[in-house]
Amino acid sequence: MTTQARAAKTQERKDAGRNRPGRPIYLDYQATTPMDPRVLEAMIPYFTEKFGNPHSRSHAYGWEAEEAVEKARAQVAHIIGADEREVIFTSGATESNNLALKGVAHFYKDKKDHIVSLVTEHKCVLDSLRHLEEEGFKVTYLPVKQDGLVDLAELEAAITDRTVLVSVMAVNNEIGVIQPLAEIGRLCRKKGAFFHTDCAQAVGKIPLDVESMNIDLMSISGHKIYGPKGIGALYVRRKPRVRLQALITGGGQERGMRSGTLPTPLCVGLGEACAIAEREMPEETKRLTKLRDRFYSAIKAKLPDVFLNGSFEHRIPGNLNLSFAYVEGESLILGINDLSVSSGSACTSASLEPSYVLRALGVEEELAHTSLRIGFGRFTTEQEVDYAVEDIVQHVTKLREMSPLWEMVQEGIDLKSIKWAAH
Amino acid sequence: MAYSDKVIDHYSNPRNVGSLDKAAEDVGTGLVGAPACGDVMKLQIKVSADGIIQDAKFKTFGCGSAIASSSLATEWVKGKSLDQAETIKNTEIAQHLALPPVKIHCSVLAEDAIKAAIADYRAKTGARAKAAE
Repeated sequence: MTTQARAAKTQERKDAGRNRPGRPIYLDYQATTPMDPRVLEAMIPYFTEKFGNPHSRSHAYGWEAEEAVEKARAQVAHIIGADEREVIFTSGATESNNLALKGVAHFYKDKKDHIVSLVTEHKCVLDSLRHLEEEGFKVTYLPVKQDGLVDLAELEAAITDRTVLVSVMAVNNEIGVIQPLAEIGRLCRKKGAFFHTDCAQAVGKIPLDVESMNIDLMSISGHKIYGPKGIGALYVRRKPRVRLQALITGGGQERGMRSGTLPTPLCVGLGEACAIAEREMPEETKRLTKLRDRFYSAIKAKLPDVFLNGSFEHRIPGNLNLSFAYVEGESLILGINDLSVSSGSACTSASLEPSYVLRALGVEEELAHTSLRIGFGRFTTEQEVDYAVEDIVQHVTKLREMSPLWEMVQEGIDLKSIKWAAH
Repeated sequence: MAYSDKVIDHYSNPRNVGSLDKAAEDVGTGLVGAPACGDVMKLQIKVSADGIIQDAKFKTFGCGSAIASSSLATEWVKGKSLDQAETIKNTEIAQHLALPPVKIHCSVLAEDAIKAAIADYRAKTGARAKAAE
């Protein structure tokens, strides 16, 4: 590659996911991430010339695909301190969560029938548990404290000798809070229950080690870590062995736990994404923390009545979930249309229900309606953060001037003293 | 969610944002909705001695459709008599703004706000008439 071509490539990498003319600034990194161009580069040959079926044993096409898949498996294993034989590929974290919960519950159903989880888990965990309840399993959904974290004493009390599995997410997708995995793992080991953790939002963002944290099953997503959509992984402990009943049966690939031909380019992409994330995590954490602090302190300096939802201390640096009191979230999003963010407001959801995660924290409904989730990531720049602050401050100020609630509060009226007609 | 051009227009350039003196004798104030539900509208009308709405102002906490519905409501009530204003239907507001089904409640709230403001004005003048008797 010439120097010029290399410089162009570097620039292209720097520009990925960045604001482009006519495109909003992307601040929704918990929803998904743009693929890192280095990941795409690693994947491309496996779409075309290296197209072999990794399960073909009789020729070079199969061998080179298998080699790529196994390298990727080792890369995934490495970032979580696992053995590559403990990693199976899936279509994403939703499938991994389904497989972990249903697979373990079904396999051990004659011995144990109880699962413990949190009310703030991702919908795919909660819905899988709902299905297991319909089959007769018992599920305890633990509440969380005001900071979004599990109460360890409550967790310990909830685990019985009937408990087969405890499922607690590492990092919450809405509020970014980090659960105490090592402590949860220790409890589970002590009480003889398997520990599953949904790490879709955690891999590559916080150090993870399945050994020291006593994790038995872990769900991993590709597209949350600058890898491709449509691929994920499930870590399944070998010693002591965790067994599970497959959801997808067929040719017996992935040690019989997940049949189907592996999508070689996607596996390669997930592996490369893990390798890059692992390598860059210390520096990236520092960079994101600086950006986040810059954003948050500027917002707080310029706007009164802004509240952080969830713990600040136990939180990944790439997430802020803020309530801008007296300004409804969807109307704010409409105003800041140069920014791509999401809201916990009911109006942005199809169900018209405000965020169940914020509700679980005890955030009052009127504040839940005013929340924004702001996600920073690998391609977020200082310039973008500064622009976002200006844009948000301008629109919150404008909407507050239009808000009857803001006006009443300025007049010294206690909003709680008003008899509102619920509708 | 994609909004209609009319909603965007009212949201970006809201008509008649502001407040009238709620203590004034010729002003009726309607405050409807609830913060916990995510929308609150305050709609005020200033009525002339012969019962014509001379001015209208609003402030709304709510989504883009709620802001647009109340903005439109203030436009429509101006110049109307109280009886005429009372006949404004939420369906007309929803149709004019091309609100999607999940946002129909915003237009309902706007209709309620108009009715509440008129009722407040009538209660005030009724009380005054009684006091004069």
